[in-house]
Amino acid sequence: MPSTLFEKIWQRHTILEREDGAVLLHVARHLVHDGSAAGFRTLRERGLPLHRPDRTFGTPDHYVPTTTRDMASIAEAGRRDMVSALATNAHDYAFTEFGLDDPRQGIIHVIGPEQGITQPGLLMVCGDSHTATHGALGALAFGIGASEVAHVLATQTLWQSKPRSMRVTVTGKLGAGVTAKDVILAIIAHISAAGGTGHVIEYAGPVISALSMEGRLTLCNMSIEAGARAGMVAPDEATYAYLQGRPYAPKGEAWDQALAFWRTLPSDPGAVFDTDVTIDGSSIAPMLTWGTSPESAGPITGSVPDPALETDEERRTAMTQALDYMGLTPGTRFTDIAVDKVFIGSCTNSRIEDLRAAAAVVKGRKASVWAMVVPGSGLIKAQAEAEGLDQIFRDAGIEWRHAGCSMCVGMNGDLVSAGERCASTSNRNFAGRQGRGARTHLVSPAMAAAAAIAGHFVDVRDFTGSV
Amino acid sequence: MEKFTRIDAVALPLAQPNVDTDQIIPARFLWHKRSDGYGQWLFNDLRFNEDGSEKPGFILNQAAYAAASVLVAERNFGCGSSREHAVWALYDHGFRCIIAPSFGDIFYNNSFKQGLLPVVLPEAEVTKLREAIERSNSAHVSVDLQSQTVTGPGGFTARFEIAPFRKQKLLEGLDDIAITLALSDKITAFEAEFDREMPWLTPA
Repeated sequence: MPSTLFEKIWQRHTILEREDGAVLLHVARHLVHDGSAAGFRTLRERGLPLHRPDRTFGTPDHYVPTTTRDMASIAEAGRRDMVSALATNAHDYAFTEFGLDDPRQGIIHVIGPEQGITQPGLLMVCGDSHTATHGALGALAFGIGASEVAHVLATQTLWQSKPRSMRVTVTGKLGAGVTAKDVILAIIAHISAAGGTGHVIEYAGPVISALSMEGRLTLCNMSIEAGARAGMVAPDEATYAYLQGRPYAPKGEAWDQALAFWRTLPSDPGAVFDTDVTIDGSSIAPMLTWGTSPESAGPITGSVPDPALETDEERRTAMTQALDYMGLTPGTRFTDIAVDKVFIGSCTNSRIEDLRAAAAVVKGRKASVWAMVVPGSGLIKAQAEAEGLDQIFRDAGIEWRHAGCSMCVGMNGDLVSAGERCASTSNRNFAGRQGRGARTHLVSPAMAAAAAIAGHFVDVRDFTGSV
Repeated sequence: MEKFTRIDAVALPLAQPNVDTDQIIPARFLWHKRSDGYGQWLFNDLRFNEDGSEKPGFILNQAAYAAASVLVAERNFGCGSSREHAVWALYDHGFRCIIAPSFGDIFYNNSFKQGLLPVVLPEAEVTKLREAIERSNSAHVSVDLQSQTVTGPGGFTARFEIAPFRKQKLLEGLDDIAITLALSDKITAFEAEFDREMPWLTPA
């Protein structure tokens, strides 16, 4: 029977299936970060060993400062302890950690692919909901909670019930200035923030195949914002080219052996998905969110919607509350919305292509509002500096920082103040996400860069050509 | 883990859809240990002003709901971040059961690890129940896991579905890690074969 990419990986990692529907899965890669401390505490309290140190990789990202690499600069002891606990755990349990002083340190979902730790056909988990990112390479990757982290540390397994499958096909061809970020925001707006609940999404179609690996990582990253447990793209030549030569990717004979396996992974012709959705990629415009759920997204050519036109009472109330929080008036054109801050970074959009796209818009111009760029890893930072991108940002008056999660979630103190409006390349526009009372608009790196220059949202397609 | 068998308690209605885990517990509290007690920060930014004073308009601050242990929510409750602290905050505040048309997948999984029962009912049923408790201030709702039933004011009664293994674990308060460690032989045998077939994952 023809099977899907998801089913093949699920099957390959199934240790046993109980009659009551519980499936015990092997975890091929477990990624940990400074927020995984609770899982390690459980392990310690129970006096259990780490079952597979060779399958565990970590880096501090959530709590790390972006202005310095000095751990001692983290003012609050509780937060500093989160970062130091990862180093202690890595030492005590003997797993690989890319620490704060390591040039390879970065956001865990950026460095997994970058190091070649992420590979097609692997079941990967991490105590972070954006683990779906790794699905871009044809892995089945999903986020888990602290108890499950402890379980994986102790057993390298997880109990799960099998999710349903969904295929999202994006047809046509993306227009100029339209990126993977716009595609995923359009998908979420279409299927809703709960549209993928209980599902693993496979993204397919000509638009997806044509995306770079960086673009696919951005796309899969926000699967959770559509409610999906995981998102994935079938591995292809672009995937293999991306992986070849990376530190943890197989080499020599092992490469050929791995490649032969990877080529068996794409969904078979005729494989059936529980849900099928098709979106016309040619009609997607640069997007931005206007509310406090990622589903509240629209094309930059539009305007703030009017709750009065919403027929469902509950939705109307939610929309009114969201606009009140966001300080927006119905009917306001998106391009008339002024911003106070711009954040370019996060596991969604902090890779070299993202920084190049932002730099291309910024080059030769000055930012009119406070803005910062936070690369996804130390290696991306170094590459960007080698390409002179940092100088373009600095010349524009934009801050250039060290790698970390930073202002996406603000756990390190990089915050947006109450009432401030931020154009952000991150993944969540939830109330309070970037700081209490902060107003977040999710956009692509090019759109964020354009907003930094103009001081308000602009259609990057109009902006690119003119100075 | 504490068992869950049955609860009969005041139910709090929360009609907001897409209540994300950042709302349930803002990120700035996550470095605290569980023993610090997460209930004090549940819905912090909705519940308290910046100076720490209560927002009287938020339903959890109303005296009638102080003892609420059941939450009747809206679709996609607990979406967003994987933080299990969201479950800790609800549990530590006294909640034992959340009823909603749908949940964020990770939140749903996390709930079972802490003895918090997430009950999925059709949207129309949840709305009916929520409206019934809104009408009768601080009404009780009963949830019985064994019979998989919810009963509420105005003769409300509904049956819910739950995966048998999840139900059993809650009823008996079973611990996942202990169950799995008992399967060590099977796990080791699987790993040996897996590692043999994918040798590139274990560099020499």
